[in-house]
Amino acid sequence: MNATQWDPTRPIISIVDVHKSFGDLEVLKGVSIDVMKGEVICIIGPSGSGKSTLIRCINALNDIQSGSITVEGLEVHDAKLDKLALRRKVGMVFQQYNLFPHKTALENVMMAPIKVLKEPRDEVETRARALIKKVRLEGKEDSYPGELSGGQQQRVAIARSLAMNPDVMLFDEVTAALDPETVKEVLVTIKDLAEEGMTCLLVTHEMGFAREIADHIYFTDRGVIVEHGPPETFFDDAKDPRTREFLSQIL
Amino acid sequence: MLELFTQFFVDLADNHPRWNFIFFYEPRQWARIVKGLQYTLVLSFACVIFSVIIGVVGAWLQGSPSVWVRRCVQGYIQFFRNTPPFVQLLFFYFALGQFTPSVTGPDGWTEIPIISNVGWAIISLSFFAGAFNVEIFRSGIEAVPESTQEAADALGFSRLQTYTEVVLPLAFRVSLPALNNNLVNLVKTTTQAIGIAVPELLYQCVSIWNDYPSALYPTMLLLFVSFIVLVGILVLGMSRWERAMRIPGYGG
Amino acid sequence: MNQSIPGINKKAGTDLPVLKPYRGGIVHAPDNLLFSRWLADLPVWFWWALPLLIVVWPGFALAASNYSMSQAFAALIKWIPFIVMDGFLYNVIISFFAMLIGTVTGVVLGLMQVSPLRLIRYPAKFLTQSFRNSPWLVLLFIVLLALPFEVEIGGEIIRIPDWMKAVFGLCLPVMANISEVVRGAIISVPSGQWEAAESLAYSRHQTLWQIILPQCFKRMIPPWMNWYAILTMATPLCSLLGVEELITLSRQAIEAENNRPELLVPFYGFALLIFFAYCYPIARATIALERRYAVKLQ
Repeated sequence: MNATQWDPTRPIISIVDVHKSFGDLEVLKGVSIDVMKGEVICIIGPSGSGKSTLIRCINALNDIQSGSITVEGLEVHDAKLDKLALRRKVGMVFQQYNLFPHKTALENVMMAPIKVLKEPRDEVETRARALIKKVRLEGKEDSYPGELSGGQQQRVAIARSLAMNPDVMLFDEVTAALDPETVKEVLVTIKDLAEEGMTCLLVTHEMGFAREIADHIYFTDRGVIVEHGPPETFFDDAKDPRTREFLSQIL
Repeated sequence: MLELFTQFFVDLADNHPRWNFIFFYEPRQWARIVKGLQYTLVLSFACVIFSVIIGVVGAWLQGSPSVWVRRCVQGYIQFFRNTPPFVQLLFFYFALGQFTPSVTGPDGWTEIPIISNVGWAIISLSFFAGAFNVEIFRSGIEAVPESTQEAADALGFSRLQTYTEVVLPLAFRVSLPALNNNLVNLVKTTTQAIGIAVPELLYQCVSIWNDYPSALYPTMLLLFVSFIVLVGILVLGMSRWERAMRIPGYGG
Repeated sequence: MNQSIPGINKKAGTDLPVLKPYRGGIVHAPDNLLFSRWLADLPVWFWWALPLLIVVWPGFALAASNYSMSQAFAALIKWIPFIVMDGFLYNVIISFFAMLIGTVTGVVLGLMQVSPLRLIRYPAKFLTQSFRNSPWLVLLFIVLLALPFEVEIGGEIIRIPDWMKAVFGLCLPVMANISEVVRGAIISVPSGQWEAAESLAYSRHQTLWQIILPQCFKRMIPPWMNWYAILTMATPLCSLLGVEELITLSRQAIEAENNRPELLVPFYGFALLIFFAYCYPIARATIALERRYAVKLQ
């Protein structure tokens, strides 16, 4: 249960034979993925293939019916899970940014460390300002989410997650709601993070981006992982006909 | 200056017997008006506070996992919204008032009920307006997207923290215009406390024109203007507050 | 499979999550139907709960008293024909005429509020706002005391009955609120309609009467009925001024039964119930109409 028991040579996230259904609809039918520390994983696949559900399960936003998910030794499927401990390790960025509209960009970043981790305000503020600088939003600290563009909001959301000092970042189709011209600024931010060695799990439709930054790509369809591999072999030499069909439609 | 003012109204009353602004030159009548205004203000203020508290608590209870708690809140709302507030007032004071115990007064022989008529007016009107406030706040809470709450959840906020830090501040802002209207309505409804002899402004005005029929029109005018001003102040204050609470970038 | 899961059986939304539409407009918009919606959505159990409450409550109170519950209810039943036929009937009559006059004057005032002439528009707005923002009871008092007791029509002196004065008192707030309903309905018609009519050389007058009003007439009916229910609930206020209606007569009946305190709950409870029973079908009809029109407008 304790994070200290986790051995860094083992996967930081270990997903084993996970099943998940909403009512009669089975969304995940036995999915297994291992993520090593510092790895960048992209999950791609058609809509409704269960990829968003999978990464929401990692953060315990959805519970699973069977199988196991372990994050740094924490068993996510455990009913007695210490959710706070999990969420300190795992940061999540949503498709819809989900910033708190009544707080400024800076306050959005500072809120969780102050309220949840009970850290001293000035320390958090220094860190928050540095994070806002890092996502290239200097000067927007006092703007409210409603005054920012989608891309800017999404970068605030990334900074907000980073403020908790997570070990893993989950990105759930973070560019899907953005205007094409602002997609790039968000992708650049994620790339910076990946290059710094942050463990990242991305659900994405940006194939070019996936190819560029991913260490490993998983393709899901109808709740199962059809194929996976490093980007070069995956994109250029897909084995499964379903993967090939999907790639031919999307590329 | 003040003398000139009173003299003007004394003359006016002499020359135009129908326009006897008695409360502007006779201190006793003026004291009545002031007292009435005080009661109206106390009544309005207390009811506004209590009804908002009832609203927040009720809205929170409506999200309770227990079916019976939700049904009780629902029953309360239905009862108070669908019956005339005036009849509620009478029901509370006369019908329920008889069941509350009384204590012996300071003189040693009078029986004073624990809850006075002012007390019953505050209770009854607070529950009346509170029933509307529950609905107003509940709608406000429903307007906060689940995804925003989920984001707070993902950042490690507890349920209570999510409620107090994210849901309530947002819900409150959305609810303000409707709350504003309900509170205006509440202030207007405080006049109905005359039905159980609470000495508020309307009660005092009625007793003044009963004593001095020549003061009928001036007193009515005063009454009318007082409430327009009172409601005006409330509306102005609330809309200022609304503007101050507005989230930049959202809504008009 | 009714459950909707974004990204699974529902298209993942791409619109910004600001705040969802606020559905508790309540008294905010003049044409809001919240009151009627409430009444119409009452669960069936409530119909049993209310009378039960009225029956059970005095049961507790009377347990220690020598005046039994059955006696209290026998008294209520004895008086019911009187308080309904001579009392509640007047609540209905007052509400009916106050609505009639309030509607006619309110429509005129509402049309004045959208007049292009400031000289007409501003006084109409002022009147509407003054009467909307002053307490009903104050208006009622003012009218009852300011109206003469009797009028002379063609040499004959006719005494104005109290209930008729109550009608005039209550029609003022109704007028102001209907005026807002009318204004709200007119401005809710898309401005393109006005422009289209203007391009077809309609005059403003013709546009209003031939194009705009026919469109918003249906939209005004549900809020109009909503205001009728609210007006009906205000009629007991007339008892303060000695107008004979339900509450006045209930009090008289209690007095006639020697003012026994045990009678208060059954009598006032009955008053609550009868208002409830009267307003409920109106609320149902309002909501039914609103739904029907909502479909047709699409």
